[in-house]
Amino acid sequence: MNAVEPDVAKQPENLYEETKRIHPRTIRGTFRSIKWVVMVVLMAVWHVGPFIRWDRGAGAPDQAILIDMTGRRAYFFGIEIWPQEVYYITGLLLIAGLALFLMSAVAGRLWCGFLCFQTVYTDLFMLVERVVVGDRGKRISFDRRKWDLDKVARKTVILFLWALISLACGLGFCLFFGDAFTLLPQIFTGDAGAGVYTFLIIVGGGCFMMAGWGREQVCIYVCPYSRFQSAMFDEHSMIVAYEAWRGEPRGAARKNQSFEGRGHCIDCKACIAACPTGLDIRMGNQLACIGCALCIDACDQMMDRYKLPRGLISYDSIIAQEARAEGKVAKMRPFRSRTVIYAAMIAFIAGVMVYGLTFRSTMEVSILHERSPLYVQLGSGDFRNGYTYKVLNMVRQERRLALHAEGIQGIAVDVVGETVTEGKAKISADGDSVATFRVYATAPENELKSHATPFTFVLEDLDSGTIVRSTATFMGPDK
Amino acid sequence: MASAEKDPISGIYTTGHEWDGIKELNTPMPRWWVYVFWACIIWSIGYWVVYPTWPTTTGFTPGIWHYSSREELEKELVNQKAARSQWLSKIDAASVEEIENDKALRNYALAGGRIAFGENCAACHGTGGVGTPGAYPNLADDVWLWGGTLADIQQTITHGVRNDDPDSRNSVMPSFGEDGLLTAEQIKQVADYVASVSHKTPAAGSPGEAIFAENCVVCHGEGAVGNKDVGAPPLNTLVRTFTKPTSEGVAGQVTKPKMGSMPSWGRRLDKATIKELAIYVHSLGGGQ
Repeated sequence: MNAVEPDVAKQPENLYEETKRIHPRTIRGTFRSIKWVVMVVLMAVWHVGPFIRWDRGAGAPDQAILIDMTGRRAYFFGIEIWPQEVYYITGLLLIAGLALFLMSAVAGRLWCGFLCFQTVYTDLFMLVERVVVGDRGKRISFDRRKWDLDKVARKTVILFLWALISLACGLGFCLFFGDAFTLLPQIFTGDAGAGVYTFLIIVGGGCFMMAGWGREQVCIYVCPYSRFQSAMFDEHSMIVAYEAWRGEPRGAARKNQSFEGRGHCIDCKACIAACPTGLDIRMGNQLACIGCALCIDACDQMMDRYKLPRGLISYDSIIAQEARAEGKVAKMRPFRSRTVIYAAMIAFIAGVMVYGLTFRSTMEVSILHERSPLYVQLGSGDFRNGYTYKVLNMVRQERRLALHAEGIQGIAVDVVGETVTEGKAKISADGDSVATFRVYATAPENELKSHATPFTFVLEDLDSGTIVRSTATFMGPDK
Repeated sequence: MASAEKDPISGIYTTGHEWDGIKELNTPMPRWWVYVFWACIIWSIGYWVVYPTWPTTTGFTPGIWHYSSREELEKELVNQKAARSQWLSKIDAASVEEIENDKALRNYALAGGRIAFGENCAACHGTGGVGTPGAYPNLADDVWLWGGTLADIQQTITHGVRNDDPDSRNSVMPSFGEDGLLTAEQIKQVADYVASVSHKTPAAGSPGEAIFAENCVVCHGEGAVGNKDVGAPPLNTLVRTFTKPTSEGVAGQVTKPKMGSMPSWGRRLDKATIKELAIYVHSLGGGQ
């Protein structure tokens, strides 16, 4: 066989790209400051949130934000949600989704750049690296260095601090699902449930891996939101934009030199060095750009140094950029049909939810018709149907109730174990619980017009006078 | 590998395998996968030591933890029994009437009774006690053969019907037709009469009325209201277990009666379970 030299031209392109560790340079500036503030606020919500107390009276948990899985309740300050009302969560998720669309349409990937936990924790983990090793240059050479005692020690410290942050992250999650003051010591003494430790490992471990190693890879390759957020942009959306018309042709520059006849970009690559996903914003808006605006801060510093106008990289819309390139006055259009519709949808859903929560009924009824037997004929010839009748009493006081039926002439109710006076069964429901009753309704045969006759259960609260009517079906033989 | 041949295009070593001039690249499993594979093998050695693993001629190696899933089950059963004991001891001590009047006890008994009913009774009496027409009585209506009070139900479940338990419910309806006690004509007349009573339009003064008074009233009672002491069902309703409330149906039953039987559950179930069952059956709708 002839020794054939590999034909370079014929070599298939390798589609796999090795991960390059990105060490962004730390930047001072407006957006960096905003990001620090956002981080502090979000961390406070996450870690202080579970410890906020809210008095709900005796016998009820006093944690302001609590999802009680075993007790089947969710608490948010004055709001208390039962599993039957899980549609409020649907509303919340709809609002969250629409808010993401709205902020993307108005100002690009605000979520990714400032609010996303992936961004926030990556920022925090990089801060640890910076404190222990140093800024960009030092970190790059630290990575390249052979392993020695100093590198092992520093690496250990980094991993230890990452683990601590991850543990706190996991704890923050778990403490929303149990009484924080009881659960926190339990977790450390080994007395918490297996579920708590499982979620601690999933959330904490996830934080450790994703913020420690995943980083921008998660944003670029894993996250579905980053993909569809780009689809939410239009030419009026504010995005991180490079003013190519002003910057090009680029080239290295000295201080106090004249910028006549050349672009303002001095090709210092500060924007690339500052970018947490390692991209070159001068190539235009792209998938990897999470809109964190740190390149704006980086570029502005350079522009100041060279006494050039700020904003070579800035938050701007495509339309405005085109206008500026032609020397016209750029107009911003935050109010356009797209954003107005998103906002209106958010307002509508929020309105429905506020209405629902304000006029939320604290007593609900659920009725299950007995299927075996569907109906029974009694010795007298009358027919009887059985029902499982549940009263959801969402207040913390016991309710005294009276139940009767109407809608079929001569229909009578009977509740197993309870007394009936004047056609009304006296029942009671304990506070904050579901009371279950076995209810029989008896109707004369000649009043049943078909095999299924609708009628109404009427439940009266004897103290407040609240009435809950619920329709039910009376089954009988075919007619 | 013997042939360390490199593929010129991809720069990857081949396995040395060749089919019709096509060579296979040596693309090994990813290293992380191999590491996990070996880790699993090492982990499994721990299992050999700790858990029962290897079969021996007489049994198996028990492992140093001496784990047994059966023992774990038994432990759980003991725990469950202990958890239930506070309720069961109360139910043991109380009469069925006392249980019925105590809301908490009643709810516990209803829950337990529903399960016990499904396991033991539903095979004949059906889910929810609907019964089987022509064979097993409906427990959800208010017509009873042997009585529908809590005490009656408890007695019937404990000792059963027509079995070898000396205390079982027992009675025999004569085969009026088979044994020649009544003629075919008389059976037709009494069946017509009973059907009229069942439809609440008693044929007063009919020949059947006289036959009924002479032969049937002793068990089924004046006005055919039934007698729970001998398991004679009321005939003044349309509700029947074994026949239809028509003239033909009644005639068949009078000629050669069908009668049910039921095991003595006191021999199979403990007293607390029977009380729970009585409470549950009583709640199905027919309780008196």
